[in-house]
Amino acid sequence: MMLAASLSSGWFLENAFLIPLIPAIGFAVIIGFGRRLPKGGSEVGIASMALSLVIAIGTTVQWIQRVGSADGSSGEHALGGVFGFARSVFPAASEGGKGGEAYVEPVIRSWTWWQSGGLEFGLGQHIDGLAVMLLLLVAFISLLVQIFSTEYVAGDRRYTHFFAALTLFSAGMLVMVLAENMIQLILGWEIMGLCSFMLIGHWWEEAANSRAALKAFFTVRVGDMGLLVGTAVIFFGANQWAVENGSNGFSIQAISGWAMSGEASSSVLFWGAVALFIACIGKSGQFPLHTWLPDAMAGPTPVSSLLHSSTMVVAGVFLVARLYPVFYTGFDIGGTNVNLIAVIGAITIVIAAALAFVQNDIKKVLAYSTVSQLGYMMLGLGVGAWLPAVFHIFTHAFFKCCLFLAAGSISHSGSHHSFDMKKDMGGLWRKMPITAGTWMVSTAALCGVPFFSGFFSKDEIIDNAHNNGYNFFYYVGLIGAAMTAAYMTRATYLTFFGTARGAAAGEHHDEHGDAHADDHADDHGHDAHADDHGHDDHHGAQAGPHESPWRITAPLVILAVLAIGSGYLNAPAVGTHYFTDWVEPRGVAVELESYAGDEGHSEALGLAALPRAEEGYSEGCGYTDPAPGTVCYAPKLNHAKFSWGKAAPSILLVALGIGISTWLSLGVFGGRRNPLAGLTSRFAPARWIHTLLVRKYFLDDLYERVIVRAVAHPISRAAYWVNQNILDGVVNGVGRSGRTAGDWVYRNVDQRVVDGAVKASGVVASESGHALQPIQSGRVNQYGALLFGAATVGAILLILLNI
Amino acid sequence: MYAANFLLLGAVLFSIGVFGVIARRNAVMVLMSIELILNAVNINLIAFALMNDSAEGHVFALYVIAVAAAEVGVGLAMVLMIYRNRRSIALDELSEMRG
Amino acid sequence: MSALLATEVNVAQNVGFYIIAALMVYGALRVVSTRNVVHAALWLVVVLGGVAAQYILAAAEFVAVSQVMVYIGAVMVLFLFGIMLTRATIGAETDLNNRGWGVGIPVAGLLLAVMVWAVIDEFGSSVIEEPAAPMATTAISDVFLREGLVPFLALSFVLLAAAIGAIVLARKD
Repeated sequence: MMLAASLSSGWFLENAFLIPLIPAIGFAVIIGFGRRLPKGGSEVGIASMALSLVIAIGTTVQWIQRVGSADGSSGEHALGGVFGFARSVFPAASEGGKGGEAYVEPVIRSWTWWQSGGLEFGLGQHIDGLAVMLLLLVAFISLLVQIFSTEYVAGDRRYTHFFAALTLFSAGMLVMVLAENMIQLILGWEIMGLCSFMLIGHWWEEAANSRAALKAFFTVRVGDMGLLVGTAVIFFGANQWAVENGSNGFSIQAISGWAMSGEASSSVLFWGAVALFIACIGKSGQFPLHTWLPDAMAGPTPVSSLLHSSTMVVAGVFLVARLYPVFYTGFDIGGTNVNLIAVIGAITIVIAAALAFVQNDIKKVLAYSTVSQLGYMMLGLGVGAWLPAVFHIFTHAFFKCCLFLAAGSISHSGSHHSFDMKKDMGGLWRKMPITAGTWMVSTAALCGVPFFSGFFSKDEIIDNAHNNGYNFFYYVGLIGAAMTAAYMTRATYLTFFGTARGAAAGEHHDEHGDAHADDHADDHGHDAHADDHGHDDHHGAQAGPHESPWRITAPLVILAVLAIGSGYLNAPAVGTHYFTDWVEPRGVAVELESYAGDEGHSEALGLAALPRAEEGYSEGCGYTDPAPGTVCYAPKLNHAKFSWGKAAPSILLVALGIGISTWLSLGVFGGRRNPLAGLTSRFAPARWIHTLLVRKYFLDDLYERVIVRAVAHPISRAAYWVNQNILDGVVNGVGRSGRTAGDWVYRNVDQRVVDGAVKASGVVASESGHALQPIQSGRVNQYGALLFGAATVGAILLILLNI
Repeated sequence: MYAANFLLLGAVLFSIGVFGVIARRNAVMVLMSIELILNAVNINLIAFALMNDSAEGHVFALYVIAVAAAEVGVGLAMVLMIYRNRRSIALDELSEMRG
Repeated sequence: MSALLATEVNVAQNVGFYIIAALMVYGALRVVSTRNVVHAALWLVVVLGGVAAQYILAAAEFVAVSQVMVYIGAVMVLFLFGIMLTRATIGAETDLNNRGWGVGIPVAGLLLAVMVWAVIDEFGSSVIEEPAAPMATTAISDVFLREGLVPFLALSFVLLAAAIGAIVLARKD
């Protein structure tokens, strides 16, 4: 039975490849002419991102229409097709509904990039719900961050380069998001890595920054080996199947189909998935390669906000989501066994959340929080909650970006370029009401307070873990939620409440010294921009904290609104599931003939249309192999049904976390009487835990002291030994034998035979030695000149002799 | 295609590289000149492979590329170390080995 | 010059060769003469890219792709890192040359003269016949994994040693 339906398409969907192309061109323009432009290239960056955003919005609208046309023509919801409205208003009718889900074919286009040995490497686009969502998200957040940056890095001496790198980064991320094949994905992935390096080390004059940049680059590089190996493994596994179906083993669509076909070797899938997951561990800062992410906060705050919280670090999560069939079958996620993704995600959640408690740097708290939230996304993917995990990418991007920009706003206008919560903040909410308000909203979203966006995504992950039978991970998720609430409460208290300290109280010359403040003023080009924008009355020597200008607050407010609003796109509590409709790939078997390729015009064939997966669903794609002649591109996943009863534990725990943390903060930092105050100095185990957390579980020590030393030191010691004993021995030996021979000659020839003649020759030898001494200048170039000159002379001699 | 074309191009690049090695003071520039020399050699290898229609020349060129990569890695590490110790990578200041 | 008109010489190929070769020679001269280290690196990219183009003219596609990936992709990035990490002044620099740089001209000139003379003497008028097809990658891999296996393995150790050596050398302590 074939449910033939013509899918709608459109200019934007077919030309979505322009979305990364425009920033890429923008990058070239900025690098080439940015310095000569009146605003130093930032206008090109902003314009290119704005244009990308427009196309991304167009693509989104047309994608929604496409989904609607697929659903509408499959016989269900003919009226509500366009926006899935009927479904959302009457959840009972659709959730229980038995209408078939139509397969929505991605819009795939591909151009040959190069050929080698009959294998085509393509560049192209693979537009489906996931890609559309991230295109929109990345373009939007990039635009806001660029606007924020025009104020934040104004007057910086590498202003143009900063915008060039930001724009190139966006292009890289967008290339990766709409990658049609693994090669293109790697391309975008590596562009991001490079830009990350450039931006973390933007102020490379300070040794700490360039060290952090190198650390980030190398740590991620360790993971990238996994990406290359995994791509190769998957290619060799999938290529035969893919070629039979008119593609090759790099195509993401073909890999998905192959992984779900039931013909794939399970060990190839498993090792391929492991290797790819190692790449995700590196990129997404999962345990044990998370150590680079907090250090990456050395970069300018907009960079932290864009790259290291909301977009680049979700690349690893995106990779898992994109190749979900590989991971799903490779790790047998449907089988409720413990699997690598879920375990790593769970460890990361708890470990990073614990680390966030002992940070004094506000950006480091947010960095560890990012690591922890990325753990949630991985956990979600690991327990089969694909949609909540992807939804969490979406909501997290808004509220985390907002938190980082708020931190940037504080340092820009409130704490005189310090990020130290204990020294330079406190009581800021009066001075910076907009920043404080947006921060609170985003914090509530991050903690998962009901009716904020984080609640709808994070709670869904936790709920689905339970629903899919991963009970252990369910509890980990709950504990993590409580910890998140607690550390964010602590950070909020330290920043905005209590007494103002240090710079927040208007002191510029506190104990961390003039030099520090001057450094920062220099780094941020602070003085230059104060003159430019005419609010130097605030920035004068004695000015206290104040609210930031509109170019900083406007992005904050927009993001804060989205930090609440974005959750309602898929809030089961109020009965919306637009995300489920638009983003989730449909786990429906389709006829093989409809495979890919002819530029998005092909028909969608909903074969064996099965009802929407509900709790306890167990047949169809991912459970049984597709019938001959059909192919699955995504597993059919269960969705937990929301109920307030099931959400209650996490709400309670979040409330508990906030409550306890407020009590503790008041006690420890606020000076109220509290039995727990000073616990770490009185009670040894507490002190040990504190030390363990402050030293970040000694992981850095492990990497730097143990591993590097164990590898590097024996080698260098061995080299030294060889140098000392063997080489020197040879040299000494030669010298000794030379001297012995000389002695012998001296005694036997020199002294006895021809004294006078020898004396004369000795003088000659000594003189010629002196004459030749300048040749032994120790200069490499001169040696090179002699070497090549001698070689030339030798060559001439050889030629002459030969003839 | 004249056989001499490739070989003459190789010879010119080689000589320019030799000049660079001799004339340049900055260690990184000297390494770059060495790359020129290695590439000149590679052009010759490929040219001879083309003349004899054999794959060995290609393989040898690939060996050279790999060794060149290793050489640049170690060379730049040495340059970095020298820079760290002396705050300069001018080669004519490095004359501890003077005889 | 009658050879130019001979049928066995592909004029278009030769013209392409000369254009690329001229660009490469100019680029190489700039590498060794420019006053700006970063510019030198960028000119080197031009030369290396030209070398890759010549490989394609010489029917060596696999080597050409390796050239682009290893040299332009990896080695040049290393160079730029080297330049950045040693904090070379970005911009023109004085005394990039040795005091005794003049020695280079006679040495290089003599070397060039000898080589040119030798090449013309031996290959002056011989013409390479047009290859039927580019060298198959399978042929290269056959050599690599049969006769060339031992050198291939040795080379992997060289690379490993170089990687470890570079780490050991470049570490701070």
